[in-house]
Amino acid sequence: MRINVNVDGTTYTDDVEPRMLLVQYLRERLGKTGTVVGCDTSNCGACTVHLDGHSVKSCSVLAVQADGAEVTTIEGLERDGQLHPVQQAFHDNHALQCGFCTPGMIMQAIDLLADNPDPDEQAVRHGLEGNLCRCTGYQNIVRAVRDAAHHMRPGAGPSAEQVSDTEVTRAPSHTAGN
Amino acid sequence: MTATAEPEVGKARLRKEDARLITGRTRWTDNITLPGMLHLAIKRSPMAHAKILNIDTSAARTMPGVIAVFTAADLDAEGAVGAPCAWPITPDMKSPRRPMLAADKVNFAGEGVAVVVARSAAEAQDALEAIDVDYSDLPVVLDMEAALTDGYPLVHEELGTNRNALWVFDSGEAGTGGNVEDAIRDAEVTVTRRFRQQRLVPAFMEPRSVVVDPTAAQLTVWSATQIPHILKTMTALTLGLPEHKLRVVAPDVGGGFGGKIGVLPEELMAVVVAQKVGRPVKWTETRSECMLAAHHGRDQIQDITISANRDGTVTGLKVDLIADMGAYLGLVGPGVPILGAFMFNAIYKFPAYRFACTNVFTNKTLTDAYRGAGRPEATFAVERIMDELAVELGMDPMALREKNWIKHEEFPFTTVCGLTYDSGNYEAATDRAKQLFDYDGLRREQQERRDRGDVVQLGIGISTYTEMCGLAPSRVLGSLSYGAGGWEHAAIRMLPTGKVEVLTGSSAHGQGHETAWSQIVSDQLGVPFEDIEVLHGDTQSSVRGMDTYGSRSLAVGGTAVVMAAEKVVAKAKPVAAHMLECSEDDLEFSGGKFSVRGTDKAVTIQDIALTVFLAHDLPEGMEPHLDAEAVYDPQNFSFPHGTHLCATEVDTETGRVTIRSYVCVDDVGKVVNPLIVEGQVHGGLVQGISQALYEEAVHDETGTLTNGTFADYHVPSAADMPSFTTDRTETASTTNPLGVKGVGEAGTIASTPAVVNAIVDALRHLGVHEVEMPCTPKRVWQAIQQGGAR
Repeated sequence: MRINVNVDGTTYTDDVEPRMLLVQYLRERLGKTGTVVGCDTSNCGACTVHLDGHSVKSCSVLAVQADGAEVTTIEGLERDGQLHPVQQAFHDNHALQCGFCTPGMIMQAIDLLADNPDPDEQAVRHGLEGNLCRCTGYQNIVRAVRDAAHHMRPGAGPSAEQVSDTEVTRAPSHTAGN
Repeated sequence: MTATAEPEVGKARLRKEDARLITGRTRWTDNITLPGMLHLAIKRSPMAHAKILNIDTSAARTMPGVIAVFTAADLDAEGAVGAPCAWPITPDMKSPRRPMLAADKVNFAGEGVAVVVARSAAEAQDALEAIDVDYSDLPVVLDMEAALTDGYPLVHEELGTNRNALWVFDSGEAGTGGNVEDAIRDAEVTVTRRFRQQRLVPAFMEPRSVVVDPTAAQLTVWSATQIPHILKTMTALTLGLPEHKLRVVAPDVGGGFGGKIGVLPEELMAVVVAQKVGRPVKWTETRSECMLAAHHGRDQIQDITISANRDGTVTGLKVDLIADMGAYLGLVGPGVPILGAFMFNAIYKFPAYRFACTNVFTNKTLTDAYRGAGRPEATFAVERIMDELAVELGMDPMALREKNWIKHEEFPFTTVCGLTYDSGNYEAATDRAKQLFDYDGLRREQQERRDRGDVVQLGIGISTYTEMCGLAPSRVLGSLSYGAGGWEHAAIRMLPTGKVEVLTGSSAHGQGHETAWSQIVSDQLGVPFEDIEVLHGDTQSSVRGMDTYGSRSLAVGGTAVVMAAEKVVAKAKPVAAHMLECSEDDLEFSGGKFSVRGTDKAVTIQDIALTVFLAHDLPEGMEPHLDAEAVYDPQNFSFPHGTHLCATEVDTETGRVTIRSYVCVDDVGKVVNPLIVEGQVHGGLVQGISQALYEEAVHDETGTLTNGTFADYHVPSAADMPSFTTDRTETASTTNPLGVKGVGEAGTIASTPAVVNAIVDALRHLGVHEVEMPCTPKRVWQAIQQGGAR
């Protein structure tokens, strides 16, 4: 089946098998290997990306379902060489060790902050429940997400990533904070 | 005069590694794609123990995209190849061959029986479905104790027994202490308990993956492994390949926790298949495959007797273990309980000790190292039984510990196991922990809740632990029959532009070596942190190594880095004297500069590196480079310790356990990077707490793993865990020049008994003296019912 999909600002047209998962499409067709696969039961969240501004586990979405959609991966977050505030906060707060869960964790954290711009600890913990990390014990991840929240202004969620509109508006978050 | 820069060691440097990891520009093994690369998928047995009557691969061979299908008969017709075990713990240890693929018989559910080679991973996976295997059931061996009884079915008929080995340490016989039987006979009080260390899954986040390229002069293996150097040598030995024709690379590796210490049938198979088909191949497992086929951890039954005088002085400890090896022996599997043997006496001055461990084969996934490897098991047992003894004696559990622990002025102290603990201050760590925890206040609240019969009871759990880290002095490993040394290698290359490459044999997979090693070298050479690149995990660049496990990287590998840096400085010194036209004796080195004492004449080490590169005017006989390498073989282990305090709230109506607060004060010696140390502690705590509360790999009566996915096996999420209060005391280790001890396993070792002690403490007045791990609501509730019924 033929799909048109915009991934990290570039539009691709591809023929894909109907059974191909979005994560396979990203990794195997587009070489977007920043998005990884950690399980086969959609529990770990390592493959989390944004599909039209909402986080999805890309192992649970078929590539054909992304037809006509906009996908943002961890590789599409930087703007003008500037890290997204959540990326920056993960670095600043030592919220990663091996880093395998990190792309999915960051993508989910951005989605969480779009829903709740100033989450307390429990809100962060519950908002990240679908993303597993085996290294950090989560404490610094929680700290990072709350830190990012303080560096982001309202409206800095996934909607700010839309790139297919003619006017590419920069997320306020990218100029906020440090 | 040289400016004294603030030392890098000790700074909370943000990690260098993060830049690629937070942007997705990471090189995981599964990201590697090579021209013409083929994909492997492994057909695995659903049976735990069965004869293979027939494997029909004919349909699979005709499937789209399939290049070949191999069985054991194709890959290893003579049955000669076996994945190695490097730790024959006794001369008569039974060691079955662990084949790449099972030929006639499968010994655990998940064992490979055939491998498909196809153009895409999906096509390989499809073809698995078309392979038809006929099995004939054999009796399944699952119960460790039953497996040791006469006439019980055997996992490996050819061995004639299910007993892998019996390993004994007796302090009376070793001359390191008294006779424990005498101690128990003469004791005023004895307490005997049986503890069970459930089977756990390491559950590193990156599934295992191997890529093999046979198309160049050297055969290159990329693997998501903790041990690229050991893998190289062992692959050469196992497959009979010339070692110099092999290159092994561990690129970015997504966690290990001991679970990626292995020389795997799958790795060997990938090499053999790549050679057969003459093209690059990749094998990446699914998570479900990983749960079945990657080694598990723990799984021991511990029978413990402690003897003491009425005043609380412990007089002896007797430990009888049975450890489940699973169906085969992993690389270090048989030795895992032995790593615990030296830790049952923990921080205490026990005068008599006996340890006996019987390793057993069962029809389950093999077990091997998992974070802590032997030491969490030992720490759990001793910290649990100290609480039980305290109850028996009517003493405060902390007071009992204090009565028996080694006082800070008594170091160095040689234990009943014969280990010499060089340093420690258990009083300081405990005082700090009690203060942060509000120990006395919580005890008061506990009493109030008991008095009013609160539905939610409060418990306080103590764990005062130590561990042996910095694995390991080679002579000790030799005395334990381990198949390698315990040294570590480092090299430093001074580049002409003043930048520095540091090569370490310790292979990081999340620990932050690139940052920490840069801090060390920056101080040693006076070169900016940013100008240092740490290279690891590739046998072509970091040519020698013993890799990463056992909290060894900093204590052993870091020391090698310091030694290499000292050699660089020593090499640079005559050049500096030559350049400055002075005597070497007049030079001092500080902040990256050689200065002539009492003058402002100086050259930087970067200047010297360029001068040496140009080689136009060097001291007579000087080789034109400053590079140096060093190998450090420790003379002793390091002994981190700490005091962990856990407060749990236990709902007596539902059995639900909530961690209300958790305080740990660890003494990991000198700290290179406090941020990294804290992160290691957090992660370790969660793994240990998760053993106490959530995790267990469960097999049914047919030997099927019933929770072999992330949907069923409870890897804790952020919502399952509290935040922790962490702090440190700092008693420098005297066994290495950095004064460091290691931190990778501390949290895991300490936290499990702290949590279980807290749960039992909450319910003690209800007649509860034990809750088996994981302490699920059901188990806690049942314990309350049984306790109350007494």
